[in-house]
Amino acid sequence: MSAPILRVKDLQKHFPVTSGNLFKKQVGEVRAVDGLTFDVYPGETLGLVGESGCGKSTAGRSMLRLLEPTGGSVEFDGQDLLAMGKRQLVSMRREMQMIFQDPYSSLNPRHTIGSIIGAPFDVQGVKPEGGTMKAVQSLMERVGLNPEHYNRYPNEFSGGQRQRIGIARAIALKPKLIVCDEPVSALDVSIQAQVLNLLDDIQKEFGIAYIFVAHDLSVVRHISDRVAVMYLGKIMELTTRDQLYSAPLHPYTHALLSAVPIADPDRERARERIILNGDLPSPSNPPSGCVFSTRCWKATDRCSSEIPVLREISAGHQIACHFPEDRSSATASSTVSGTDFTAN
Amino acid sequence: MSDVILSVKNLSVEFATEDGVVHAVDNVSYEVKRGQTLAIVGESGSGKSVSSLAVMGLVRSNNATVTGEVHFGGQELVGLDPEEVRKLRGLKMAMIFQDPLSALHPFYTIGEQLIEAVQVHEKVSDGDARARVKTMLDRVGIASAEQRMDEYPHQLSGGMRQRVMIAMALINSPELLIADEPTTALDVTVQAQILELLRDLQKEFGTAIVLITHDLGVVADMADDVMVMYGGQAVEQAPVRELFYQPQMPYTWGLLASIPQMHTSSLKLDPIPGTPPSLINLPVGCVFAPRCTHKDLVAGGLCLTTRPDLGAVSDTHASRCHLNEAQRIEIRRSRNIGKVD
Amino acid sequence: MFPYIIRRVMLMIFMLFVLSVVTFLLFNAVPTDPAMLTCGKTCTPQIVEANRIRLGLDQPLPFQYFEWIKGIFVGRTYGSGTQTFDCSAPCLGYSFKNGEEVTIMIKQALPVTMWLALGAFILWMSFGIGSGIYAANRKGKWQDRTIMAITLIGYSLPVFLIGLMMLIFVIVRAHLLPYPDYVSPFENPLQFLQTMILPWISLAILYAAYYTRLTRSQMLETMSEDFIRTARAKGLPEKRVIRKHAFRAGLTPIVTSAGMDLAGLLGGAVITEYVFSLPGLGRLAIDAVKDYDLPTITATTLVAATFIIIANIVVDVLYAAIDPRVRLS
Repeated sequence: MSAPILRVKDLQKHFPVTSGNLFKKQVGEVRAVDGLTFDVYPGETLGLVGESGCGKSTAGRSMLRLLEPTGGSVEFDGQDLLAMGKRQLVSMRREMQMIFQDPYSSLNPRHTIGSIIGAPFDVQGVKPEGGTMKAVQSLMERVGLNPEHYNRYPNEFSGGQRQRIGIARAIALKPKLIVCDEPVSALDVSIQAQVLNLLDDIQKEFGIAYIFVAHDLSVVRHISDRVAVMYLGKIMELTTRDQLYSAPLHPYTHALLSAVPIADPDRERARERIILNGDLPSPSNPPSGCVFSTRCWKATDRCSSEIPVLREISAGHQIACHFPEDRSSATASSTVSGTDFTAN
Repeated sequence: MSDVILSVKNLSVEFATEDGVVHAVDNVSYEVKRGQTLAIVGESGSGKSVSSLAVMGLVRSNNATVTGEVHFGGQELVGLDPEEVRKLRGLKMAMIFQDPLSALHPFYTIGEQLIEAVQVHEKVSDGDARARVKTMLDRVGIASAEQRMDEYPHQLSGGMRQRVMIAMALINSPELLIADEPTTALDVTVQAQILELLRDLQKEFGTAIVLITHDLGVVADMADDVMVMYGGQAVEQAPVRELFYQPQMPYTWGLLASIPQMHTSSLKLDPIPGTPPSLINLPVGCVFAPRCTHKDLVAGGLCLTTRPDLGAVSDTHASRCHLNEAQRIEIRRSRNIGKVD
Repeated sequence: MFPYIIRRVMLMIFMLFVLSVVTFLLFNAVPTDPAMLTCGKTCTPQIVEANRIRLGLDQPLPFQYFEWIKGIFVGRTYGSGTQTFDCSAPCLGYSFKNGEEVTIMIKQALPVTMWLALGAFILWMSFGIGSGIYAANRKGKWQDRTIMAITLIGYSLPVFLIGLMMLIFVIVRAHLLPYPDYVSPFENPLQFLQTMILPWISLAILYAAYYTRLTRSQMLETMSEDFIRTARAKGLPEKRVIRKHAFRAGLTPIVTSAGMDLAGLLGGAVITEYVFSLPGLGRLAIDAVKDYDLPTITATTLVAATFIIIANIVVDVLYAAIDPRVRLS
């Protein structure tokens, strides 16, 4: 295996919580991202999945220093991203791009899409062969937009087309890494499939690595090679897609996967269900020990006192849990007992 | 007592706008039986929400025209005195919405909003209404209901807010509940809780549910019958298993082939090309024809000139398509859609 | 709720302090010698110097500021030795132009302005909100369009024009009312009403037009909110949906505007007071400016600005009372 393109070590992003009458003082902090460690290899897709409030979007932004991380280290292509000065960072951005959820708010409504897609060339001072306009039009064609629409404005395009504009802008400089933050969750299913296929094709063509941040587990399964499951700012489980979806070892992953309805009535009505009790704890006051312990049916005293570290349990399968699911027995549901869930 | 609680016939909703007439809902007919769930599936702009708002008598802008028939529990609602329809809302038919935060009034407590829902239909003392609200909140799984009643919507989590909405909708034991994307704004583990709750309550109260959603997983989970909408029209109607295993309409095929599956790692999605039609300038022929990859199989360009009727495939199954049965089976076999014997 | 109010009050005190410093500096920044202005027609350098010392204008600025503030809270004594006079708290200075303590002048002018502002306020709020809600409910129909057309006219008519027209037609031509002559309502209620009715109306027309438009747009915005749909889905009668659900939700910007507008008027409705010869704060301030009566200018500025600051906190507290998200965050 080649060297990782991105190495993230113990990445942290904390937001202060302030209070006070006239003079604000910090009374606490929200640990939105609390110690992420993972590598991303060239050309692969790492899915970052979790429910709202798990810190996946913050993580995506902190990695690119769109948000300044509180701690940890991020190494891109062998260079320490967090030690870089502003100017160096700007030129580094050529190699790492981002695609956002809401394609509309991330496009300046007063600029033509030609100038939006061409902006990275100007910012980085790159003079493409044959001129910027020609390069932009070939990009537009590549992402399935009509090159004749070069002089139109974002509001003349539908949601799916705007996302294509965002993709064209992101791939303009042939980056090595793109962080995709919920890129298809605002789109209707038929359009979502078009955009997913486009992302797929582009990755194959240019060998770009994706970090795919999303809450939709079936989309993540479709697009990712490896998947990291996050809960309250931490990675619970990180492994290859097929291992994660067919044999999840972390109870949270297990519950999360079992909650997704399958678009097939017979399978759907026969599937195992684990209904988690209660709501997500407040990120400003997370449970002690394992953050999932308050909703976990396997939790013991150890879970609420000792933080489980993310460890490799088998080759390429990392998990942060004291009591992983037992995959030697026939089904996981046979190990399920207690009152915290229902299983059928 | 008839088995059918809601029967909609040829329902159309049009909005006159500056750009032209928007045909939001076009000649839609369906029935919902007591205690059963009809799922209305479609993408944005398919008319699935508007058709249900029309049933509730909640399409009320000056430029809107609602025509057709809505029989509800033996009464015809279209053309009925709006005051009479109002008295049915919240009492006999209720509705929950996608985003429970914006659907609850930010300035009133949970208790105030639920008590109001009781007292608008029944002369009940504040104390009795409060007790009833507490029972209902307990029933939908709100812990320490007494205390929650004095809290405001913003103090609750998303899942709890949707539980509150459900409690408010069901507090007068309505016969029909319209759930408009009830779990779309929620996380998947919370969605599982809410769907479970809806299923339980349906069993307990015998409520008929019209479930509006874009999520085929939710449909597979909850529905007895399904209606697929596209461009304001019903393009396919069938019991849930038939719809998933013997779908007859190219748009339904496209939907099924577009979604990444949870149970397998699919290699490639088979999306529908193009974008949905404008509801102002609907295609002359089949509304789906411009995006349909099979229209060339029909002789004489019929798909582009003549709108297909909602034809019966069986007693319970209908679809709008010019393709003949042999062609459909062949296409489903080659695209591996549904179950082909 | 309580910490929120305390926070607001602390902020208000701070703002009042800043205000007082700025007003004081303004007084001193005027490119004329304040002592010179205290001198009548027969002025000699000796009198100017004597007055300068008497008024403490020879002292360093911070000391003068301190004396001024002290005067407001505990009163002060001008001059020394035999030639002294007391100015009791709240002492806002002594107007040589009028030969009177400024406080006394303000105490006379303030009630006039207050009655004017309050009366007009009640008028325009009831008309503005009423017609705004009415128009919103009939959006696009002829009633709505008529109301909108009228408000556009009302909005674009200057107060002096409306005031003068009414003065000419109602009083001068038709003799429906006597010439305005302000008395306290406790002295002669009828004459008070006869004097105030036209100023109230002319002031209210402008504001009512604005509040109609504001209320209408607020109502239209909240009527399209999801929770209004919920209220209707519950089966609430439309009247209740509008009054209890929509209006309350759209109230905050109206409260903010109302508070600030009322406070602004309490500082003096200059034009209206002039047109109808009402001896209010606005007139006092303008006359002081014309006469270069520095202590009066400072004092009226201070009073007007204080009203604005107090209105600010009142609005904030009302805000919290209306919106639990403000109160409980």
